[in-house]
Amino acid sequence: MRSYILSRLGWGVLIVFAILVLNFLIVHMVPGDPLDALLGDFPVPPGYAEQIRTEFGLDKPLSTQLGLYLVNLLQGNLGFSFANRMPVLDLILARVGPTLLLMLPALFFAAVFGIILGVTAAPRAGSVQDSALTALSLFGYSVPIFWLGQMLVIVFAINLGWLPVQGMMNIRDQLTGFDAVLSVLRHLVLPAFSVMIFYIAIVSRVARASVSEALHHDYVLTAKAKGLSSRTILWRHVLPNAMIPVVTVIGYNFGHSLTGAILVETVFAWPGIGNLFITSITNRDYPVLQGIFLLAAVSVVVINIFTDLLYAVLDPRVRANHEAR
Amino acid sequence: MKHANRFITGMAKHPSGVVAGVFIALLALVALTVGFFHNLDPYVLSDDSMVAPSASFLLGSDELGRSVLAGVLHGTRVSLTVGFFAALMATGMGILIGAAAGFYGGRLDTAVMRISEFFQVIPSFILAAVIVAMTGTGLAQIIAVVGMLAWPQVARVMRGEVMRVKQLEFVDAVRCLGISERRILFGEVIPNAVAPVLAVGTLIVGQAILLEASLSFLGLSSAELVSWGRMLNSGQRFLFNAWWLSFFPGTAIFLTVLAFNLFGDAVAAVFNPRNAR
Amino acid sequence: MTTTENPGRGSSAVPPLLQTDALRVDYRTRDSTVTAVQDVSIVVRPGESVALVGESGSGKSTVARAMLGLLPDRIARIASGRIHLNGTDVTDFTASQWEGVRGHPVAMVFQDPLSYLNPVMRVGRQIAESVKRHDKATRDVQARVAELLELVRLPASTIRSYPHELSGGMRQRVLLAIALGCRPSLLIADEPTTALDVTTQAEILALLRDLRQRLGMAMLLISHDLGVVWEECERVYVMFRSRIVESGATQEVFAKPTHPYTSGLILAAQAARDSNGRFVTIEGEYSTAQD
Repeated sequence: MRSYILSRLGWGVLIVFAILVLNFLIVHMVPGDPLDALLGDFPVPPGYAEQIRTEFGLDKPLSTQLGLYLVNLLQGNLGFSFANRMPVLDLILARVGPTLLLMLPALFFAAVFGIILGVTAAPRAGSVQDSALTALSLFGYSVPIFWLGQMLVIVFAINLGWLPVQGMMNIRDQLTGFDAVLSVLRHLVLPAFSVMIFYIAIVSRVARASVSEALHHDYVLTAKAKGLSSRTILWRHVLPNAMIPVVTVIGYNFGHSLTGAILVETVFAWPGIGNLFITSITNRDYPVLQGIFLLAAVSVVVINIFTDLLYAVLDPRVRANHEAR
Repeated sequence: MKHANRFITGMAKHPSGVVAGVFIALLALVALTVGFFHNLDPYVLSDDSMVAPSASFLLGSDELGRSVLAGVLHGTRVSLTVGFFAALMATGMGILIGAAAGFYGGRLDTAVMRISEFFQVIPSFILAAVIVAMTGTGLAQIIAVVGMLAWPQVARVMRGEVMRVKQLEFVDAVRCLGISERRILFGEVIPNAVAPVLAVGTLIVGQAILLEASLSFLGLSSAELVSWGRMLNSGQRFLFNAWWLSFFPGTAIFLTVLAFNLFGDAVAAVFNPRNAR
Repeated sequence: MTTTENPGRGSSAVPPLLQTDALRVDYRTRDSTVTAVQDVSIVVRPGESVALVGESGSGKSTVARAMLGLLPDRIARIASGRIHLNGTDVTDFTASQWEGVRGHPVAMVFQDPLSYLNPVMRVGRQIAESVKRHDKATRDVQARVAELLELVRLPASTIRSYPHELSGGMRQRVLLAIALGCRPSLLIADEPTTALDVTTQAEILALLRDLRQRLGMAMLLISHDLGVVWEECERVYVMFRSRIVESGATQEVFAKPTHPYTSGLILAAQAARDSNGRFVTIEGEYSTAQD
């Protein structure tokens, strides 16, 4: 197991390095002076351009530049955002909170609902309930998430007035304490629901396929021959096997949900990373864009490694295959 | 001809795929012919702004008096163009790279697998948005970016199929005739391995359309071209009073992506190598 | 159908462990109904070793699974006849009734042990499940599991292994240990050695013989391997295309087969050649359940 962990970590380091190089290359792929890419289009104080030129060694050979870039990065220097008057890293970290608040509960509930839907549909393969689930999955998988958000706003917030239209909290009333929490929760419902739909669609699809397949595995026959009850067989034998692909699908689609969250934040003016992303596009604040990409990519890699490790814990054959190589 | 027949009879067993295919054909028809209908000009401004769907404006009009119907119909051109060419690029690259990796194996194979793993892990939309934001929003750029991000999916399927086919006996039989390895790859192996790739290619069209719509929703599209995503972008400001500005273009995106997903699933079922044997 | 009925051991007061009367099992596919097994009457008494022999598609696996209600319930149906386990009529049992009856006194082992063991659960735990289910009196489950492993000649360290870490022969022994954990009086073995190589086959058969003697356990061996049947079983039922065509004491049936199929089977097993030097084959096409 330990060698598996090490190999996954090693892979992670390699991928992160590749991401950094990619980020570096983007700056230099842009037509024109790489300086523009590093500064963005926002007006900067006169001496700053020169400072950046030296800091990133733009007049030096490419390999030196790469080295300087990496050194800067490791020191936490992702550049400075003049549009927001903050270092990029601090800016991003300040906005991460709301995005996590949106994503994590959404992912959690989507996973739970998806599993429940899939597990209950599996034994009833071919029934009306099952076909409905398949149709719903296809829907959730194909619908553009930002449009879904807009439609939800129109129906539930504007026309029915049940839920707020935008933002994370009711700012006007200057709420505190419990009222503030309640306000945030009310604002959270529609955006979180938009993010959840895609996840529920894929999780339920995988859960259903995986459970109905596991029910036909031969070891179920052995378990029955032992005289075990069907409930015991389901919980102790079928589900532990069937949940493995479900767990991996949840983990490996984290990047997709991150993208979804970014798009949803735009619709709901949710003050997180996504909002920062779009305002930076409008402002042509390139350092922020690159910083967001970097952080997003690295966090996806981390989640991927975590999922790999979880997979190895749940399925001992994975560890064995790794050792065999 | 035999393959075409098999395809048609196979597809007949998947009614949803057939309906989707018909819808796609209709979209293509619209895209090709809408330019000839002068009364469906999406750029024409008028004084009748913010009109709800009615007799004069079937799908309503926007803040500058432009017809939403015309916009939705014209949007097919950008979506299908980006979808088709990006998928074509991804499929072309994927077939060549995947086939080479599967056929020759060794370090080429390992390198290709590592690279495609990389592209799968990184969040492609964010990368695409960053690149487009920094390099410009031309149609060609968007197609190139989407295509470059999608080829690993095709490569993986192709590689798997090539690895399966190259072990079949007829390949050795042809080898004994003294034909070069390269001609075996292109003449025998690839043609027999390529069928499942078509299904992936179809799904990529759907992904590409969604990606382009998402990019233009964030404003990352050419301002002169009519695009569904861009219409949603403008519609965002008017959610309160003009729901039709967002509803119709969005429905168009949804139905189009859905159609490609359904069609791709049906194609995959028909060309599943397990069904052929 | 010809029979040379052997009264067997045991007095008529003790019910046979297993008895079927003119059993018929149909499979319902989308287009048609196929009879997999018909007019099958077999009997296994305590301590006996009986074989059910036939080629693929003859219906012998269906019979084996029907004995414990393990047929796929939406497709398979007991069309007529009865099954008695230890005197109880189980023919019309519901799923929950079956749960109470499986394992003891009748247990089952299958072929191809890799797919018949849960890949993500340690082997020791899978054996312990049997013990906890059927041996409620045992306080120290772990000790009993170790005892069972010893019985099947596996090292105690196997408790913590996963199925994929064991060899084919070891996995088959685990399946045996699981079955023995139920303290069965009758063990139904569905082609227990087919997936194994010849040496391992011999080991497993020796183990089965030893267990039967030690525990006084009866065995119903399903097989297509006549050599194995000849060595291990006192009585044999020969199945061909869903019916029993011959039955009786193994030695008598093999020495003087009355049904042409049985003769053909024996000759083929002996790899006999005819006067032209060609192998003896059984006339007719490869039988499937639909014939």
